Amino acid sequence: MKKKNLAALLMAGAMCFSLLAGCSSSGGQNSTAPSEAGTQESKPAGDNQGSDVVTIKVGGIGPTTGNNAQYGTATEWGAEIAVDEINAQNGPIRLELQYEDDTGVADTAVSAYNSLKDWGAQVIYGCTTTAPCVAVAAETFADRYFQLTPSASSPDVTANKDNAFQMCFTDPGQGTAAAEYLKSSGLGTKIGVIYNNGDAYSTGIADAFIAHAKEIGLEVVATSTYPEDTTTDYTVQLNACKDAGADLVFLPIYYTPASLILAQAKQMNYAPIFFGGDGMDGMLDMDGFDKSLAEGLLLMTPFNASGTDERTKTFVETYQAAHGILPNQFAADGYDCMYAIYEACCQIDGIDGMDHAQLCDALIALFTGGDFSVDGLTGTGMKWLTTGEISKAPVVVKVENGGYVTQ
Amino acid sequence: MSFLNNVITGVSLGSIYAIIALGYTMVYGIAKMLNFAHGDIIMVGAYMCFFAMGSFSLPPAAGVLLAVVVCTVLGIVIERLAYKPLRSAPSLAVLITAIGVSYLLQNSAQLLWGADTKTFRPLVEGSLVLVPDQLSISYVAVLSIACCVVVMIALTLFTGQTKMGKAMRACSEDKAAAQLMGIDVNATISMTFAIGSALAAVAGVLMCSAYPVLSPTTGSMPGIRAFTAAVFGGIGSVPGALLGGILLGVIETFAKAYISTALSDAVVFAVLIIVLLVKPAGLMGKYVPEKV
Amino acid sequence: MKKINKKSLNGFINYGIVIAAFAVIQVLLGMGRLSNSLQSLLVPACCYIVMAVSLNLTVGILGELSLGHAGFMSLGAFSGITVSILLQNALPMASARLAVSMAVGAVAGALGGAIVGVPVLRLQGDYLAIVTLAFGQIIKNIIMVLYVGVDETGFHIAASSERFNLGSDGVAIIKGPMGAVGVTKLASFTAGFVLIMITLLVVQNLVNSRSGRAIMALRDNRIAAESVGINVTKYKLMAFVTSAALAGAAGALWGLNYSSTVASKFDFNTSILVLVFVVLGGLGSIRGSIIAAALLYVLPEMLRGLGLDDFRMLIYAIVLILVMLATNNDQLKALVGRVIPKRKKVAANG
Repeated sequence: MKKKNLAALLMAGAMCFSLLAGCSSSGGQNSTAPSEAGTQESKPAGDNQGSDVVTIKVGGIGPTTGNNAQYGTATEWGAEIAVDEINAQNGPIRLELQYEDDTGVADTAVSAYNSLKDWGAQVIYGCTTTAPCVAVAAETFADRYFQLTPSASSPDVTANKDNAFQMCFTDPGQGTAAAEYLKSSGLGTKIGVIYNNGDAYSTGIADAFIAHAKEIGLEVVATSTYPEDTTTDYTVQLNACKDAGADLVFLPIYYTPASLILAQAKQMNYAPIFFGGDGMDGMLDMDGFDKSLAEGLLLMTPFNASGTDERTKTFVETYQAAHGILPNQFAADGYDCMYAIYEACCQIDGIDGMDHAQLCDALIALFTGGDFSVDGLTGTGMKWLTTGEISKAPVVVKVENGGYVTQ
Repeated sequence: MSFLNNVITGVSLGSIYAIIALGYTMVYGIAKMLNFAHGDIIMVGAYMCFFAMGSFSLPPAAGVLLAVVVCTVLGIVIERLAYKPLRSAPSLAVLITAIGVSYLLQNSAQLLWGADTKTFRPLVEGSLVLVPDQLSISYVAVLSIACCVVVMIALTLFTGQTKMGKAMRACSEDKAAAQLMGIDVNATISMTFAIGSALAAVAGVLMCSAYPVLSPTTGSMPGIRAFTAAVFGGIGSVPGALLGGILLGVIETFAKAYISTALSDAVVFAVLIIVLLVKPAGLMGKYVPEKV
Repeated sequence: MKKINKKSLNGFINYGIVIAAFAVIQVLLGMGRLSNSLQSLLVPACCYIVMAVSLNLTVGILGELSLGHAGFMSLGAFSGITVSILLQNALPMASARLAVSMAVGAVAGALGGAIVGVPVLRLQGDYLAIVTLAFGQIIKNIIMVLYVGVDETGFHIAASSERFNLGSDGVAIIKGPMGAVGVTKLASFTAGFVLIMITLLVVQNLVNSRSGRAIMALRDNRIAAESVGINVTKYKLMAFVTSAALAGAAGALWGLNYSSTVASKFDFNTSILVLVFVVLGGLGSIRGSIIAAALLYVLPEMLRGLGLDDFRMLIYAIVLILVMLATNNDQLKALVGRVIPKRKKVAANG
């Protein structure tokens, strides 16, 4: 019995090593996280010469564990890079970001928001996903906190709330824009749609797309759905499009299920044009993804990681060095959110000593005033409507040779 | 033709459910516990194979072997540390511990390997063309069906013919009596977990070959589906798991194709309920009336 | 009164604990000593306590494993939300509207319980477990495609957004995957407290009644119970439907505590979470369920701010396993038995 125990222990040890060996490629994120937190804290203390430097506490919320963890961590990391840059500039405003996990669930998000209130947050950054964001926005509206979400795109987030603003396109806006693009480009005469009917983002885009397509005379020949992003088999949905003769398939879904759809379409020798929304961005960076599958894929994304401008290059390099993967539009939206908050705060007179409610009103006045605009990774001259919706031009890109080419 | 296509799709999907269900039913049949961590062992197996083939560019066979070895060891370790101390505890206590292990594996995987989705490189690619341009079946599906059949026969022979297998069946019937007959119950149950986990590794590699995405939560949904399949076929019955898995896949595909893609889940589970009402012990399970 | 009835004494202690906890929290609230994050946990913790106590009725007292308890919560949540919006003008008083909504939620839960219960209570053990799991999935799936709204022409209900032709002045109550949004928050901690008290009243009186003894007899030995003339289906159904009704009421309270609720919240994981509370608290122990639900719901939130964010859920998993191992450890039990010998005796007698 003793011997067996020893053997079990040895094997357990061996397993641990193999696990560690396995993670070497992406293990960077664990080792860099503490040092990053360290620099973040030490910088303001070190450079803080005058008393006129104001630190704004930003409370971030998003899923860093669970099914949606990849999106939440991206918005967290993107924002962290922006905060580091901003604090290194020695400007009049410093940002301090505290990020809380909501596991992608509304009630946890509300708890996370309340613990951020206890921490002393003045501005709320989040949530990453729609359902938690709607729940939190109702709370921030009642408590008077300014809220800017990087990626929760449903109109319900901002509806009837003056304090909630979005950095991403709204779902109906994106659906309508997609239909308009297809009409003007003349791509696809018969259109199939596959979407996730259990997801607000996907359903929101698909509904608007189908409705607008009808109005402007596009022919939607097949509409097919699946219930969860954990669904693995899409053959039936693809067959429905194939049998209806669709030569273009619109996929307003996230990239993980989309990568399966592309692989399965190839397997059944079905090669229509695939057209996706901004959730598709990130597919090319999936570890081990066969980029030839995505060749010819069209998608609407505000961010291009292979962009050549200086700011994008620096961002991509910093992100990759810290986390070992390429940033996607979630990270870029998060980065832009921090700059939007920072630049707005810089324009507010007498920001020192404002409480969160005064800050909220000042920020709302600025964001909806019409003169305020932000340049970022996901657009230049970005402005906000009074509804909280952003106005920036959607960019359609095509995947060619494993990279994006703007159309 | 579209009907035949749907049958093939269903069988392909079902073969994946079946191979997971085989491991599930094996553990349940002997240890009488619902191992909710089974799906997460599948995930670990898939990650092992992914890193072996991706980061170390080992051949597929070595990847599978590594996955099997790691999962077997992991299964034994989990059993030793978490389940064995609960041998005499109520079955629900073990169930909750299994759920704890499942959370533990998922969260450890996320910390170790990150939350981002990885794309798995299939073991075999391409498909077998039956009717050109109309009917084809992927090699992965063929491979997993073959695996299911081989595993099913091997398990049946093993539990029926070998000494260890007989000991397992004895433990499943009556642990106390088996102990009196000189069977080392603890060792037998540990062996069951080792085999179950090895099967989970194979299932993980096959599942990710068929549906090549991999993330820390990859195993949880198929785990529930496989549990459903195992109950459908009669939990504890090895051929039942195969039948249940295939049928579940076919029903799910038909529900999507002929009823509604939006309501396919509801249809699958409704069929399950109806089957259980007609045959309360599943399709191939033995109904054992309680005696006084 | 010569012989103190231990069971009813036990019940009174439970009421006492809940009332004392309520009083302490109210005092802390009055003094402003409770952090925002704890305040936001009060109502959901009440919901989970009711869920745990009601599930304990099925799992601990009836002895049947249910993996779909969140399904009843979902029924209660969405029916409660619907009713609260429909009654917005007819019943302006918030607390009355909340009470009506919770009652409707309870009825919806009970109906669901009866629909599942009548056919499937013939099944036993793990087969019943899988059917309840299946039921939970079906409910989730159906609500996810359901569109419900009201306009001047009346009440609208549809299975897809295209068929959902609500007038322009209409209010959409449930919008498929978006769930119910724009809900007026009606829930309060006091309502949660009242619901817990009602739950205790119902469950403890049921357990200590003739019917309750019949239910426990079924758990301990079904064949023996049947042979002395206990109607199996009737008593099983009684426990199951009561449990579902209470879960429905808890769901309504939950739904009215957030401005938006989605069907995917009430999935398998939520059912499992409640089951974890029940098992950790001790099967059949009402007090255990209350304490376990309150502590374990608050635990992951308390782990925030310790700088352990990345490891939060990992720690939760480890705590879960260790607690299960510790509470089922024979040596530890023996130790506890030596330290508190009296307790052991009571347990042996009771």
